[in-house]
Amino acid sequence: MRILVTVKFVPDLQSQRSFTDGAVTRTGDDGTMNELDENAVEAALQLREAAGEGEVYALTVGGDDAVAAVRKALQLGVDHALHVADASVAGSDVFGTAKVLAAAVRKVHDEAPLDLVITGMAALDGLTSMLPTALAAELDWSQLTLASGLTIDGATATVVRNLPDAHETVSAPLPAVVSVTDEANTPRYPNFKLIMAARSKPVTTWTLEDLGVDAATVGAAAARTVVVDASPRPPRENRTVVTDTGEGGAALADFLIERGLA
Amino acid sequence: MSTVAVLVESRDGSVTQPTFEALTLARTLGTPVAVWIGAAPAPAEAARLGIHGAEEVRVVDAGDAARLPAAAAAALGAATADADVVLVISTFVNKEIVTRLALATGAGVVVDASDAEMVDGHVETLQTVFAATWNVRTRIATDKAIVGIRPNTTQASPGETPGAATLVEVAADLPETRELVTGVEPVPAPDGVPLAEAPVVVSGGRGTNGDYTLVRELAELLGGAVGASRDATDEGWISHEHMVGQTGTTVTPALYVACGISGAVHHRGGMQASGTIVAVNIDPDAPIFEIADFGVVGDLGDVIPQAIARIKEVRGS
Ligand SMILES: Cc1cc2nc3c(=O)[nH]c(=O)nc-3n(C[C@H](O)[C@H](O)[C@H](O)COP(=O)(O)OP(=O)(O)OC[C@H]3O[C@@H](n4cnc5c(N)ncnc54)[C@H](O)[C@@H]3O)c2cc1C
Ligand SMILES: Nc1ncnc2c1ncn2[C@@H]1O[C@H](COP(=O)(O)O)[C@@H](O)[C@H]1O
Repeated sequence: MRILVTVKFVPDLQSQRSFTDGAVTRTGDDGTMNELDENAVEAALQLREAAGEGEVYALTVGGDDAVAAVRKALQLGVDHALHVADASVAGSDVFGTAKVLAAAVRKVHDEAPLDLVITGMAALDGLTSMLPTALAAELDWSQLTLASGLTIDGATATVVRNLPDAHETVSAPLPAVVSVTDEANTPRYPNFKLIMAARSKPVTTWTLEDLGVDAATVGAAAARTVVVDASPRPPRENRTVVTDTGEGGAALADFLIERGLA
Repeated sequence: MSTVAVLVESRDGSVTQPTFEALTLARTLGTPVAVWIGAAPAPAEAARLGIHGAEEVRVVDAGDAARLPAAAAAALGAATADADVVLVISTFVNKEIVTRLALATGAGVVVDASDAEMVDGHVETLQTVFAATWNVRTRIATDKAIVGIRPNTTQASPGETPGAATLVEVAADLPETRELVTGVEPVPAPDGVPLAEAPVVVSGGRGTNGDYTLVRELAELLGGAVGASRDATDEGWISHEHMVGQTGTTVTPALYVACGISGAVHHRGGMQASGTIVAVNIDPDAPIFEIADFGVVGDLGDVIPQAIARIKEVRGS
């Protein structure tokens, strides 16, 4: 079983996230691996463990700081870390990012075929959830997205998709791009031994040239969408908190009635 | 005028409220046409689309294949070749469909938008990001634009010159797909308004201890839907469809009531853009109070029944 997991470097959810020049501010200090990618790593590790053999690659595309995302994946137990770092990638939209990720996947796949690419269901910075579909389309592989369950049987992958109107079961031949939801599993914590071992593991760094990607087709200049303004939302004004001493429910009702909400 | 195509969402054959909201928004961008994927709609449904401004209802019957994003994208593409703007409701499934459509057409895409307007011949959208703590304006630089719009962000209204929409059948060349849907287990439709579309949402979390009686009662009284935190759905107290949050449903009702919910960042991300936020929590330090317009520090078992009684009393008088 050969699996590649995509992991994104994002600002920590608990930190003060912000924008600089129309792009999400990403710094090493408060950045981390996208939390939902932990489910992708976990799914890959479980498949490798169940098969009793195989290799798991973690791949990230991003600036120098983004290496923290694949280091986290190493701590969780993946075998190899890949980092596409190239200034020309900055400002890419989902299609540019998918093109670069696909080129890196192909490079690994050409060395020895991969069975699966597993991604998170969404990156918690933008939450677009578009990348997994774009990546499957770029690679022209099977697309099995939003999986809350994943099983592999021979050369076929089967997933369960919990959609608002139906629970679907979908099968497709390998190789496939699978995105997993946070219902798919419970991610493990890195143990001390793995954290120590991760320190000495190498991270392979690639540029666009290494991948044979024309820099003009990605990055800000090729992006189909441009952030023209970003500003923090003002905090809510006139907030009231009352402590219930027997009248709290009535006060709540009066507030709703006053606002015309009840 | 540019053609603005709106992908219709329906439930049991009826057009959903967010579709009418999208048609209302579409009228501000150009000439709306509705795209219906499936067997032709009942005349009454086509008429309702016309009343909300659709000049045409383009019907693409792609059969069961339309469950797969690549096939649905081909169907939508066939019906929107002439459209300058394609509007869809921002659901997980539609995000997949529009990603494929964008790859096929070269269009730029914004999803989870709360508004869209034409500025100098380009579509610009508004979104909130980072758990609704930032506003972002994005310009779609390409000639063709695709926008995924969130429910409850436009007030639906009939068009000024409501007309009868013409039904037009569109044939689509569906691609060969590798994926095969082998099972479909329908989720029963929610009683009352679906969570994402509800004008009022009353949610219960771990603080309910699994008893949703009061939460349901208040939701019913206020004409709203019942929501929940992830901890509550994980406990199996209420089904997953009720989960509000970054990985559940994003809601933007006029009123959000959080009962026994701490306000973890994951939860806030799915409700922070709501109009008015009210919280009841026994812990004065619960983070939910940081974003609540009105908060009561107290036991929901005391506070909610009293609030219900008071509202009934005032309504009755
Ligand atoms: C990747 C990831 C994604 C996630 N996505 C989501 C998501 O989409 N949505 C979501 O909701 N969560 C999500 N979570 C979980 C989230 O982090 C929190 O764990 C969860 O929201 C907490 O639920 P809660 O507020 O019900 O429980 P708690 O945090 O335990 O809070 C319960 C609250 O109830 C109060 N309380 C207790 N008894 C009473 C009483 N009698 N009266 C009044 N108040 C009382 C307590 O003071 C407490 O504040 C996600 C987590 C992860 C890791
Ligand atoms: N720059 C990136 N590098 C690696 N993986 C990414 C990147 N961007 C997105 N992904 C993957 O795609 C998933 C969905 O992201 P998104 O579509 O941006 O919400 C994430 O959970 C990641 O697994």
